Amino acid sequence: MAGADSDDSLYPIAVLIDELRNEDVQLRLNSIKKLSTIALALGVERTRTELLPFLTDTIYDEDEVLLALAEQLGNFTMLVGGPEYVHCLLPPLESLATVEETVVRDKAVESLRKISHEHSPVDLEVHFEPLVKRLASGDWFTSRTSACGLFSVCYPRVSSTVKAEIRQHFRTLCSDDTPMVRRAAASKLGEFAKVLELEYVKSDIISLFTALASDEQDSVRLLAVEAGVSIATLLPQEDLEALVMPTLRQAAEDKSWRVRYMVADKFSDLQKAVGPEITKNDLVPAFQNLLKDCEAEVRAAAANKVKEFCENLPEDSRETIIMTHILPCVKELVSDTNQHVKSALASVIMGLSTILGKDNTIEHLLPLFLAQLKDECPEVRLNIISNLDCVNEVIGIRQLSQSLLPAIVELAEDAKWRVRLAIIEYMPLLAGQLGVEFFDEKLNSLCMAWLVDHVYAIREAATGNLMKLVEKFGAEWAQNTIVPKVLGMANDPNYLHRMTTLFCINALSEVCGQEITTKHMLPVVFKMSNDQVANVRFNVAKSLQKIGPVLDSNCLQTEVKPVLEKLASDQDMDVKYFAQEAISVLSLA
Amino acid sequence: METPTKLPPSSPSSPTTGFSVPSAEKVDGFPRRSMRRARQRRSHSSSQFRYQSSQVELTPLPLLKDAPVAELHDLFCKKLQQCCVLFDFLDCVADLKGKEIKRAALNELVESVATSRGVLIEPLYPEAIKMISVNIFRTLPPSENPEFDPEEDEPALEASWPHLQLVYEFFLRFLESPDFQPSLAKRYVDQKFVLQLLELFDSEDPREREYLKTILHRVYGKLLGLRAYIRKQINNIFLRFIYETERFNGVAELLEILGSIINGFALPLKSEHKQFLVRVLIPLHTAKSLSIFHAQLAYCVVQFMEKDATVTEHIIRGLLRYWPKTCTQKEVMFLGEIEEILDVIEPSQFIRVQEPLFKQIAACISSPHFQVAERALYFWNNEYILSLIEENCQVILPLVFGTLYRVSKEHWNQTIISLIYNVLKTFMEMNSKLFDDLTASYKVEKQKELKKEKERAELWRNLEDLQDRRLQSLTEASRNQKNLQERENTTKSQSETSAANTT
Repeated sequence: MAGADSDDSLYPIAVLIDELRNEDVQLRLNSIKKLSTIALALGVERTRTELLPFLTDTIYDEDEVLLALAEQLGNFTMLVGGPEYVHCLLPPLESLATVEETVVRDKAVESLRKISHEHSPVDLEVHFEPLVKRLASGDWFTSRTSACGLFSVCYPRVSSTVKAEIRQHFRTLCSDDTPMVRRAAASKLGEFAKVLELEYVKSDIISLFTALASDEQDSVRLLAVEAGVSIATLLPQEDLEALVMPTLRQAAEDKSWRVRYMVADKFSDLQKAVGPEITKNDLVPAFQNLLKDCEAEVRAAAANKVKEFCENLPEDSRETIIMTHILPCVKELVSDTNQHVKSALASVIMGLSTILGKDNTIEHLLPLFLAQLKDECPEVRLNIISNLDCVNEVIGIRQLSQSLLPAIVELAEDAKWRVRLAIIEYMPLLAGQLGVEFFDEKLNSLCMAWLVDHVYAIREAATGNLMKLVEKFGAEWAQNTIVPKVLGMANDPNYLHRMTTLFCINALSEVCGQEITTKHMLPVVFKMSNDQVANVRFNVAKSLQKIGPVLDSNCLQTEVKPVLEKLASDQDMDVKYFAQEAISVLSLA
Repeated sequence: METPTKLPPSSPSSPTTGFSVPSAEKVDGFPRRSMRRARQRRSHSSSQFRYQSSQVELTPLPLLKDAPVAELHDLFCKKLQQCCVLFDFLDCVADLKGKEIKRAALNELVESVATSRGVLIEPLYPEAIKMISVNIFRTLPPSENPEFDPEEDEPALEASWPHLQLVYEFFLRFLESPDFQPSLAKRYVDQKFVLQLLELFDSEDPREREYLKTILHRVYGKLLGLRAYIRKQINNIFLRFIYETERFNGVAELLEILGSIINGFALPLKSEHKQFLVRVLIPLHTAKSLSIFHAQLAYCVVQFMEKDATVTEHIIRGLLRYWPKTCTQKEVMFLGEIEEILDVIEPSQFIRVQEPLFKQIAACISSPHFQVAERALYFWNNEYILSLIEENCQVILPLVFGTLYRVSKEHWNQTIISLIYNVLKTFMEMNSKLFDDLTASYKVEKQKELKKEKERAELWRNLEDLQDRRLQSLTEASRNQKNLQERENTTKSQSETSAANTT
């Protein structure tokens, strides 16, 4: 160690500080990002006495530099000499927690939270908690906002007197003059409640929650909703009705759609937090209202929760509640005017069938599925199709097949290629559920049509799709149905289609096995090595490289090698390159 | 005492303002998104209808102009109450009769308050404010287009505008009426009212924002007790816009009002106002959608400078701090604002900021984007700026010389090169001695820079070596410690076994 210490003199702090002060922001940023290197060079003592004071004093820089600094300091404990000295990091982080830029401030708070755990209980009271207090009573809103995120990390480990002070500070910030601070307090209310003793949750937090939930600004009220969920999980069941429910009921009816949206968005958490009784009495009607809300945003958020809500209903009354209260609303949403609402519903509605069982599904849900399958918006249809497996388990997919087919065909030919791509992804799933006969009869032609789509991404997906189908239906099926068609394209006048043949062979050779590959595919590949388009020829080289491992060594030596050697002397440099690559990968040299 | 000056003459019914911002120049010749997806103007509803329990049937009342004087106020009041009924405009055929009755009543109220004297008596104030509140205060609906881009997309228009416009018109006439008494109005137009009014500035409908602008300006002008509160709430809106949401449709309108308020600030500036400049107006420059309100923002900034020259340094250093790094369109706007500022800068203030400022200008000149370089070079066409440069040639020329010299040799754009030659020529005429010295020492300076660069690299290499060595010795130390412990353990167990053996 002595040897290492002696070269400290090489780096007077001034030189290093010059680097941190460089005129060029980018260089300054680089230096800050390597702050730990500088600190290591200085050693723990000088880092504490020279580097940190410098950093504390010069905090007026580009936000990007400050962000990097805030992040670095969170990992600096060892570099200042371990937990014993960790409080040395507080002054620069305190300054960073007051800057205007939110990202910097948030990062400083994050680092402060991190190093708070490294403080001993004594240091926490002597150094950390006073910092929180200073921030909480800062002049400008930024420091007060930052303070909100620090209460919960120091509360559990301080004495009861200090705890009382912390609670008082938090109370003050909840009724701060500026909405920015109230928003910060509201967003930390749930977190803070979790570390408080239950008596204070009841006495303090509830009143703060009630006040924030009726704030004049909807941006504050909506944050209180999430806090309400956390608070509800902390309270014993018998207190919920009196302490939390009035406020939550009011939030679900708030005049601002943003607040109602938040309630809808958090509905499943809320349901779990308040338990089955309150769910039955309060949440069911509230949920019905949200599903019928006048704003599409709210309806869509609620529609997203339909399945989860139904799943979590108490078992004894689940079916009755769904059938009498929820289903009527769901039926209306199926013909909603807004497509986002319909597609949100379509993404979960199939899940209801497992909850309701076979008979109810056939009688009540099936008509809805069918209606959504015919919806004008492709996203709705796609969402239904993507969840077919849920229904399959309950009633079998055959019930749907008559309506399914036109929907699939229409999506398969949709003008938007992303829609076509999405439906291709579900083909293997559909094929598995509909069975090979139905597939051959109705869907096979679609799968082949995608191979000649004018968008490359579709052709590529179609190739992968074929491979998955062969995995499902077996090599024999492949040989009879798709291989002839694929190989037929090798004579297509369009070189892009000829290349598709090669791509298909790449994908299919392994699943089809050696026999089919050697007997049927390989001759076609060889023939294409004479193609007049160079792109086709070098793809022949690539294909040979790809299918080589499937072939036996005799075939490789006697048939593949000559073709590759010929390609390796092609006049086109790309063809040569890929042929040589194939030769070396297959070790045919 | 601060006195807001008149807003530029603009009739709210024709929303063209004196400050209207031309959308950023589009010169690249590419079709813009808006052209590719030209969309129909959409209308949207407000969420207010769910709160009306049952629709009331309206019956027409007698005309105000036919009413005997004794019954006039009573009838006026009844009409105000009638106008509190809200209609669903999304359903355009619903209750047409009722809509027509309300429209006619509103028209009458507007005319009456605008033309006849003595109508506005005390008992009418609460009724009028109530009617206004019921109609205009509502939670604005969600934007139909979540990626609404105010520059590219058509705004969603308020469906109930046929009524809403008349309500705003009435409110405006009410405030402007010679009979209007602030002392009576302040009981009803209170802080809560103003806060709700400010929230409406987020409306996507430009016609609504235009009315709100004029109305808020009148409120600010007539209700003195609300001024500080209004300023504070505008601050909060801006701060939320800058640091939280980046979304608020009415920034330009609010800035326009502030522009005229700043003009009326008393001297010396209160610290509240300076804080507003430094912590709100300057950071507003960081917004992504700056182009929508930049003209109004730059106007406010220049107003501050003209009020009190000592804020110049804060402004320039603030702008330099937030200088755009990647968005050249914004960079051009910043340069434009700097020119506006330099146009009115005091020479003594100029000296305080010239160094950092001209370093930035040099950086702009070497921008590969020709519009940025061009905009910066145009400064030399401005006579006042040129005179400032000439006075401080000794400082400025060394700052920009290296860049000019280099860029004149390697810029891809011919226009830029010829502009630079002009600038170089100007400098040569200004101070030929200094110019020659700099030309002579250019190479040496370059060498020096290279050398410094090498030294830096060397320093960091050494530092990293040192770091490696330290880390290694640390891990070694911990390994040694571990070994030591293990050895101790083994010796212990050995001694134990040997002890067992001996027994």
